[in-house]
Parts: sequence; C-alpha cells; structure tokens
Amino acid sequence: MTVTQRSSLLVRTISTPIILIVILILIAVIAKLVGSGPFSRTVVEMFIRVMLVAGLYIFVGNSGVISFGHIGFMCIGAYAAAWFTIPPAMKAVTLQGLPDFLAQAQLPIFLSAALAGLLAAIFALVVGRIMMRLAGIAASIATFAMLAVINVVYSNWDSVTGGTGSIVGIPFYTGIWTALGGAILVVIIAYLYQISRSGLALRAGRDEATAAAASGIDIVRERLIAFVISAFTIGVAGALYGHFLGVVNPDAFYLGLTFITLSMLVVGGMNSLSGAVIGVIVISTIIQILRWLEKGIDLGGATLSIPNGLQEITIGLVMIIILMFRPAGLTRGREIVWRFGPWASKPSTAGEVAVSKNGA
Amino acid sequence: MTAILQIIFDALSLGSLYAIGALGIALIFGVMRLVNFAHGDYISFCVFAMLWPSIDAAAVVFAGNLPTFILIPLILAIGAGLSVLSEILVFRRFRNANPATMMIASFALGFVLKHFLLMLFSSRPKSIDLWSNLSLPVEVAGARIPLLQVITIVITILILLGLTAFLKRTRFGLEMRAAAENFTMARMLGVKANRVIMLAFAISGMLAAAIGLILATQSGTADIQMGVSVMLVAFIATVIGGLGSLPGAVIAGFLIGGVSVLMQVILPLDARPFRDAFVYGAVIACLIWRPQGLFAPKSAKQRV
Repeated sequence: MTVTQRSSLLVRTISTPIILIVILILIAVIAKLVGSGPFSRTVVEMFIRVMLVAGLYIFVGNSGVISFGHIGFMCIGAYAAAWFTIPPAMKAVTLQGLPDFLAQAQLPIFLSAALAGLLAAIFALVVGRIMMRLAGIAASIATFAMLAVINVVYSNWDSVTGGTGSIVGIPFYTGIWTALGGAILVVIIAYLYQISRSGLALRAGRDEATAAAASGIDIVRERLIAFVISAFTIGVAGALYGHFLGVVNPDAFYLGLTFITLSMLVVGGMNSLSGAVIGVIVISTIIQILRWLEKGIDLGGATLSIPNGLQEITIGLVMIIILMFRPAGLTRGREIVWRFGPWASKPSTAGEVAVSKNGA
Repeated sequence: MTAILQIIFDALSLGSLYAIGALGIALIFGVMRLVNFAHGDYISFCVFAMLWPSIDAAAVVFAGNLPTFILIPLILAIGAGLSVLSEILVFRRFRNANPATMMIASFALGFVLKHFLLMLFSSRPKSIDLWSNLSLPVEVAGARIPLLQVITIVITILILLGLTAFLKRTRFGLEMRAAAENFTMARMLGVKANRVIMLAFAISGMLAAAIGLILATQSGTADIQMGVSVMLVAFIATVIGGLGSLPGAVIAGFLIGGVSVLMQVILPLDARPFRDAFVYGAVIACLIWRPQGLFAPKSAKQRV
C-alpha cells in the first residue's frame, strides 16, 4: 500500500462524519443569519431529530433489526431530565411520589442530560439482555411491546410522572447551538461505533448471519452493545427535547414520533449514517416548505396557498414516491465520501456490497 | 357462574375483533411479505364512508341511512376497493423491495389516508347511530349479555368458517395457500401472482370493513383513531401466532383478547391502570419463549 493509497483511505474513513458535521454547522449558521424565531425553532427540532435518527441508526442500521421501541428511551431520558432539573419547590407540588434524593435534586443541565442518557442505557441493558436474542420481525414486535409498556407506565404512574398530564417547569435551555452540539455528538458516536470492531462485526452479522456466526461473531452480544449505545444517545436527545419544549407528556413519545423517525431513516437509507442524517434534513426541509405553502406565499399581490391538511398528505405521498424510485433510500445505503482534490477516493466498495445485498 | 360467563363473552367478543384484524394482516403478509400498517386506516375509512364529509360535531349520516341489506355489502365493497386500489397504485411497485421499505411505504399510505379523513371530517369524534338497539342485553344462561357481543362472536365464527371453506375448497383458495407457502414455487406452477395478491388484498379489505362496522356499532362513535389500536394488537397477534400462519393469527387474536379481559378481572385494583403493560409484558415473554410464533409454518423457520 503506497502512501497516497493510505492517505486516501484515511480521507475516506474520516471524510463522512466531517462532511455531515459541516452540513449541520452550515444549517445552524444559516438559521442564525435568518434569525426568525419560528425558523430557528424548526432548526432546533431538526437537530433533535438528527440525534434521534442517527441514534436509531446505531442499532437499526448496523443490526438490520427494525426497532419500534427507541422512542421509549427518549421518554425515559426526557422524564429523567425533568426529575433532575425542575426546581425542588415545584416538584414538591406536582410530583409528590419522587424519592427524596430526586425530589431535592437540581442538577446542572449537562450532568442531568448525561445521567438521563445513562438511565436509558441501563434500562436498555436490562431489557436488551432478554430481547436481543430475538431477530427479525419478532425483535421488532418485542421492541414495540417495550415502547407500549413504557408508555403505559409513564401515563399511569401519576405520583412520579404526572400521568397523562404534562409536567411543566423544565428549564428552557436547548437553543440552536446546544442542539447542534448534541447532533454533532451523536453523529460522532454513531460513526465511531460503525467503524469499531463491534460495529463491523454486527454489520457482518446483518449481511450474512451464518458466515458471521461461523467466524466467531457473537451476534446477540454485538446487538446488545449497539442497543445500549443507541439508547444512550436517544436518552440524551430526549433530555434536550425536554429542555427545548419545557414540558413533557407521555403521548409525545409514542407511535407518531416512532414512525416519523423510522420513515426518515428508511427514506434516507437505513444502511448508512449519511442516509440517517440526509433523511432527516430532506424530510424536515420538505415539511418546512409545505408549512410555508400552507401559510401562503405572496406572489406579486396574489397569495398562493394550499389547503390545511394537504401538508401531511403531500409528505406521505412524497415518501412513497421516493421509496418507489429508491427502495434502498436516497443514499442507497452508501456513505457520502470526499471525492475531490489530491486524495480523491473511490466510493466505498463495502457500501456497494451492502446495497446489493439489502437493497435488491 | 354468571360472572364467569360474562367474562367469557367479553373475552370472545374482544378476541373476535383482534382475530379478524390479525387475519387481514396475515393474509397479505402470507402472499407478499408485507406488514400492512395501513390496515388500521382502512378500518377508519370504512367507518367514515358512512358519513357525509363535514367538520361539524354532529355526524351527517349519508350511506349509513341505507337499509342494512344494502349498507353492509356497500361498506364491504368500499373496504375491498380501497385495499385493492392501494395494491395497484402503491404496493405493486414494492414487490421486490425489502420488508423495511415496504413497511414504511404502507405506513406512509396509512398516514395519507388518515390525513385525508382528517381534512374531510376534522379530528373530533362524531356520534353515529348504527343499529343501536343491538346494545340491549339478552339473557344467556342467567347472565345478561349485550346482544351485540353475541352477534359479534357469531359473525366472527361465520367469517372464519366461510374463509376456511374458501381457502380449502376453491381453486382460488388453493392458489392462495400455495402462494403463502412458497410464492416463487407457486408462480412456477401456474399461479397468477397479480390475481392471488389482489384477491388477498380484497379479502383483507373486507375484513377491515367488517371490523369497522362492528366497532362503529359497539362504540356509537366514528373516530379517526379507532382503527389503529385494533390494528396494532392484530399485528402483534399475527407475529405471536407465527407470521404466515392464518389459524395461528386467529388463535393468537383470541388469546390476546382473552388475556386482556382476564387481566382486567384478576389484577389487584391498584395495578389495573397498568393492565396493558402486563399484556405487552406477556407478549414479550411469549416471543422469547417461541420466537417463530406459536404456530409457525414450516416455511418460516430460519435456518441459522
């Protein structure tokens, strides 16, 4: 291997997360320059979705098992952030069932977000020990059942979670830069996992389970590792989401969000990290454009607008059409790599193999 | 004794709904490996097809006023038509896509249907008066059972018998069972793929319409969300029963209905709000115990 080949490999390896992060930073800068309130809220929401979908990708993309349960980790993270950061005086009124150490606690935001992620990860470790033995559609249903259990418990355990009502009083903290930081963090974690030994082993197990098992890969163990890491990132995303809205309630973390995040992942291309990020950006952009159209745009005196409700119908149709023409997603399961300049690298062949296996 | 009879009837009538739903999902999964998340929205669509589009709280009944012997075939036809139409327009193009892509496409279709209904009818639940005299109780061996429960159970049994006869005794049924067993092989032996798949979608749509009629009569309301909860449980039932196994789907549907009703009775009062958590916990336990489902067809066995 010559020096150029080696540096080209290096460029290829690290160019993907760098390009994705640069795209995210550009979006944040544009949002800051535009400076309008509603628009920057949309961008914050988009960054949180990037955290969710990239976190989901860590498990779904690498293992090939569709999970309906990850929004449950977001629920755990968001409520944990609420317990850790709401002022004790308010908690004494609204959440009387909290144990003493939680009722008295008021932690700094970032410590609380990290602990929220940790709590989600520990939960994932416990249930994952049991559930990761399953594969395919049985695993998907088991994760859905997990989501339903979390939802039922958080909706009914009134003294600790406030039941189906919302908990208010979570400090507002998440702005564009915090959300951007969170998104970048998750992209880096996802990429590091993907090129780690465990990530490669899990991808091998996804593509050829028999061969991987014969080569000494413990698929169940690798799946569990991915499950726990993705639970951590999504728990953190949940905490940031809580600090963004200021309120949490259990129904925000249920089927609606589950399907939106899964759709973003599949439309982008579920076998690559680039697909996860691109899927969020593309779908969020289309939704935003349709929202503007719904409000009406001014065209030289005449206002052009589409009827209310058409936005959702259009987004559904757009997703169907994208999937018709790109069944493996917009990125076709490949990573975005740097192809210009002296270290121009060829598209990753590993990616192509993955596409022909899973996209056909 | 009468209390036990009451519980049995509750369990059977709830299980009936789940069983018919599971059957509708399993039929389509059998022939094209598609988990159809739009199924719940077919159910809602069929209910709303009885109303005239309006965003008022009081429903403007339209087709619902027709005499029963026209109304029922009409709603069944609407369900079948919607289902077949979605096959022709959407799912036909996903025949060779991987399961995740198909699943998301079906979800997107359901999303479109749901918001189409929302646009026409708004999100407020509407009251709808459909055969309300059926909720009067009847006396069965000393227990007072709502007539509707009895009718639901009888209708379900009739549907199951009819479908079994269709699948076992007719040429189309034979083709469908062959396609569910091994689709490629069936095609090689002269089964026409499009015809079998469209037939499966038509039957599945009719089953969705049947659920819609029963639900609307039971609850007396038309709600956009009403189909989804049944669909989710039905989906779980198809997996527990063993994906691709029709009898398995039906039995698992009744099983989940039975367990739900039983939990409601035997759980201590404090734990009752958490009933669904126990039911879903049982689902996970069942999957761990039998990952391939209770009645897995031979073709579904993983070789690793």
